Amino acid sequence: MPKAKEGSPAAMNRTAVERKSDRELVVTRTFDAPVHIVFEAWSKPELFRRWWVPQSAGLSLLSCDMDVRTGGTYRLVFRHPMSDQPMAFFGTYREVTPNERIVWTNEESDQGAVTTVTFEEDGGKTQVTFHELYPTEAALDEALAGSAEGLPEQFAQLDELLAGRA
Amino acid sequence: MRFTVNHMVHYQARLDATFAALSDVTRRGVLEQLGGADASITDLAQRFHMTLTGMKKHVSVLEQAGLVTTEKVGRVRTCRLGLRRLEEEAAWIERHRQLWSARFDALDELVEHMKCKEKADAQSKRR
Repeated sequence: MPKAKEGSPAAMNRTAVERKSDRELVVTRTFDAPVHIVFEAWSKPELFRRWWVPQSAGLSLLSCDMDVRTGGTYRLVFRHPMSDQPMAFFGTYREVTPNERIVWTNEESDQGAVTTVTFEEDGGKTQVTFHELYPTEAALDEALAGSAEGLPEQFAQLDELLAGRA
Repeated sequence: MRFTVNHMVHYQARLDATFAALSDVTRRGVLEQLGGADASITDLAQRFHMTLTGMKKHVSVLEQAGLVTTEKVGRVRTCRLGLRRLEEEAAWIERHRQLWSARFDALDELVEHMKCKEKADAQSKRR
């Protein structure tokens, strides 16, 4: 379980990650800036690429194409030291409402989530909610197991069995 | 936009161990049985009409795959379903929390920088 760190403000657990339901995952955080600035950091590729890939992830971003408007597409290509092949992540922006909401699809897998990011300003601070909705419970379980592959039938049955127990 | 390579390697190993454990009809039966209630190795051996030694072997395979845990109290070894799925989920949430913390810390810094720049620009325009 996460260790609770106390003391310094940087160690405050401001980033909350929650499995909200069988098919949903939610990450929230509040930023000390007005919404137009936070939204800009999400919607301009030259800014987005400066924070989206943390150094600790061991990945390098080879390219970052983002056409952030409703109906536009994105394509991010990464290189990971453990993999010979670059990995591409791509999809479509279903909805882009400036300073309010960005909705995109994750099309690298047919079980990809729909991601909704909402921005809410309150007293000069902006709360960002990152929400992933998977098409099925199995798809989220698969993401939990960390695979891009389909969940074999036996495993699904086993998970049912174990879930019945929990 | 997920980071999956590390996890895929773990997942493959998990799959191998799990498939090996599940490849046997008795072991699948044992899991189903334990899904209903904990049981001792003696109970399981009787229920599946096999020797104690034979059942011990099956339970050991399930245990190595993390599907079953056992605990010996006195002379009785009790078997129950493993908590691996829950543990994996907790570990995954924690990995994601670390990823998102790092990511959002970087965004925090950038946003702070943009905010200062905007203020400075506004002031220089007023002059």
